[in-house]
Amino acid sequence: MPRMIVEVMLKQEIHDPQGEAIASACHRLGFGQVRGVRQGKRFEVELDGPADEAAVTAITQLARELLSNPVIEDFTLHADGT
Amino acid sequence: MTGPDLVAADTVERAAATAGQPQPYAELGLKQDEYEKILAILGRRPTAAELALYSVMWSEHCSYKSSKVHLRQFAEKAPPSGALLAGIGHNAGVVDIGQGYAVTFKIESHNHPSYVEPHQGAATGVGGIVRDILAMGARPIAVMDALRFGPAAAPDTARVLPGVVSGISFYGNCLGLPNIGGELDFDACYAGNPLVNALCVGVMQHGDLQVAEAHGPGNKVILFGSATGPDGVGGASVLASATFGDASAESAAKRPSVQVGDPFTEKLLIECCLELFAGGLVTGIQDLGAAGVACATTELAAAGTGGMAVRLDEVPLRDATLGPPEILMSESQERMMAVVEPGRVAEFLAVCAKWDVRAAVVGEVTGTGRLVMTWHGEPVVDIPAATAADGPVYTRPLARPAAQDELAASDPAALPRPAGGAGLRADLLALLASPGLADKSWVTDQYDRYVRGDTVLATPEDAGLIRVDEATGLGIALATDGNGRYCRLDPYLGTQLALGEAYRNVAATGARPLAVTNCLNFGSPEDPAVMWQFAEAVRGLADGCAVLGVPVTGGNVSFYNQTGTTPIHPTPVIGVLGVHDDVRRRPGIGFPAGAGPAALVLLGRTEPEFGGSAWAYVCHGHLGGRPPMPDLEAERRLAGLLAAAAAAGLLAAAHDLSEGGLAVALAESCLRGGVGCTVQLSGQLSGQLSGSLAGDPFTALFSESAGRCVVALQPGADEAFASLCAEYEVPAQNIGATGGGSLTVTDCFSVPLDELGAGHVRTLPELFG
Repeated sequence: MPRMIVEVMLKQEIHDPQGEAIASACHRLGFGQVRGVRQGKRFEVELDGPADEAAVTAITQLARELLSNPVIEDFTLHADGT
Repeated sequence: MTGPDLVAADTVERAAATAGQPQPYAELGLKQDEYEKILAILGRRPTAAELALYSVMWSEHCSYKSSKVHLRQFAEKAPPSGALLAGIGHNAGVVDIGQGYAVTFKIESHNHPSYVEPHQGAATGVGGIVRDILAMGARPIAVMDALRFGPAAAPDTARVLPGVVSGISFYGNCLGLPNIGGELDFDACYAGNPLVNALCVGVMQHGDLQVAEAHGPGNKVILFGSATGPDGVGGASVLASATFGDASAESAAKRPSVQVGDPFTEKLLIECCLELFAGGLVTGIQDLGAAGVACATTELAAAGTGGMAVRLDEVPLRDATLGPPEILMSESQERMMAVVEPGRVAEFLAVCAKWDVRAAVVGEVTGTGRLVMTWHGEPVVDIPAATAADGPVYTRPLARPAAQDELAASDPAALPRPAGGAGLRADLLALLASPGLADKSWVTDQYDRYVRGDTVLATPEDAGLIRVDEATGLGIALATDGNGRYCRLDPYLGTQLALGEAYRNVAATGARPLAVTNCLNFGSPEDPAVMWQFAEAVRGLADGCAVLGVPVTGGNVSFYNQTGTTPIHPTPVIGVLGVHDDVRRRPGIGFPAGAGPAALVLLGRTEPEFGGSAWAYVCHGHLGGRPPMPDLEAERRLAGLLAAAAAAGLLAAAHDLSEGGLAVALAESCLRGGVGCTVQLSGQLSGQLSGSLAGDPFTALFSESAGRCVVALQPGADEAFASLCAEYEVPAQNIGATGGGSLTVTDCFSVPLDELGAGHVRTLPELFG
């Protein structure tokens, strides 16, 4: 089934307390080489039609309006397997 | 803000050598005459870091430059109070509640950030006010939020409200603080300018009081808590101290990066600070809020010995690209600054390490009177600290707007009144289902109201009530109130009405009101009409507090709440704190169920007062006339009566009358208790209504005359209560009794409780659920 993958991350300058909590857990667990972690979200959106240009346009709109908060987050998207 | 205008290495030396170089002061929100004042103070151009520091410290938000001349009245007119341990000028006021306990409380706005990013804006509003309370030496024990939004059905309200509520619940619930009350209202004037006012209250022992002062040259200055990032750079100067433009591109460009709250770090910071206080490791402490390091260093220095040397390169950073101006202006959350004797630094750092709180020694107190900051050894700031802490003071022009008379002339007496019992019944149901008066459970159920196990009363009760001492039952009651419609009609009286209502709400639990905090939400101070509203509101509050005998202990001013040239209604939100001698003896608002009929008594005088009323607004979309006339002497007597009656165990329920009058109060008490009531208005009320109003059920039901309360008496309490009413000179009339499954007004109408509650409960879930 055709899928679009949407990945949402906090903008680079926005504080990511969850990422920091994960980074400090890494250190506690002995992964001393971990310098920092930023955490995001990945959405796998299954499509009823092909992952064509029209689908990209539609899912871009979906990502902007529903899957991300454009005030504090950025997103990227691509068709699965590409 | 990290553009070429803010060069990181702009040193004092370089500034002196390039005295004439133009600086981007206007972009940072400074006016030309303010910039010239800085030039005169320094005798040279400011460095980029100094410019950043002055721009945030002299912003409206931090300096109170437009409000100061008016706010002085709170001190000048303050009634004598033996209870005040710390007043205006501290992070928050501190009140003695007896048995060795002291309470500190304050309310603050987070309006603009909550509009930009509702969830994080509201969350960090909670975090900020909690740190204010913590900085006084107290353990925060509860929060409240007073919220106002645009029309409930507007699309933007559907964006802002759920985000604000989720932000408050996220932060407060993670922190483990009960949210015990507040307000929720809607009006078109708040579209684009939601009001998110957060209150926190904390408890300590008298000896725990901390000061925000940096004394003792040689003492170390320690920054602890979260690392500093580019969050909210310029928030105080360009976000909170300016109006959002209509052009969205312009306002988007103005927006600093959103601050993200981390309640788990805040929780660690609370426990860490309390352990530091208990160990006597701190000589002075300040929270970092608006204007971050700039504000904490200048205020600590100016309030103490006067000087401080700070090494900005020692500030722990989340983003290594930040330079001195950004570090000074950053509003990264969950940070505190402490002054510590050199010999105690190791112990201090050990406590921080125990709680996983990052801490760094960033400077020392000096006796020079100057605030000197270096960046890798080079001075980038060298100013007299007091000049930044004491900003400019403006006596802004004020003018009563001409439209005020037209508004007053639009008397609601001319509005068509409901015809007969059926009409009265329909208007009551319409009021109960209107968003401003509807059941607030959809919001308050998202807040943890009972965590910590000391919540005695919470929303939808008249006031939040928290037990402070388990053994004696000592407690505190808190309420916030504000009414933009009343204040629009008359800001002086409207503010006194808000004060009176909050005072009455506290009294209705049986508590004795002790002290006042305020959050003054207004439009632009550069508009003389807004400035007139502000001046009237402050005068009204100061005069009102003098009559009630409760001092203002602190507060916050939020200007620039307007879209384009249209300001919000003037909306002072008043918080009143009271002490309860025994929380086990407190009436709630719910009529007692399953205990036989309880006599209902209406306290206070009822006049035909409909200006700014919920009835005029909901049933006719009307705002005009004059607001009800407050009688604060009567309010004081009523509060005395309620405290005495509660202490004597005479009250089964008590509910204050406010928006929607007697009708809405009776409905709320019926629904809360799950039991009906039958009241007679004709004849019985004639002793209270002026002669021509006898037999006017419309006025009896919907008038919003101030200083009134309805109580349900304990069995057999009638005589004792009547003599107390006589003693306190409070007009009292028996209006009926509780019982049955309907709210019945004899010879008028009857509504079964199911029907009474149906619309009331449905409104908010249908809008936002």
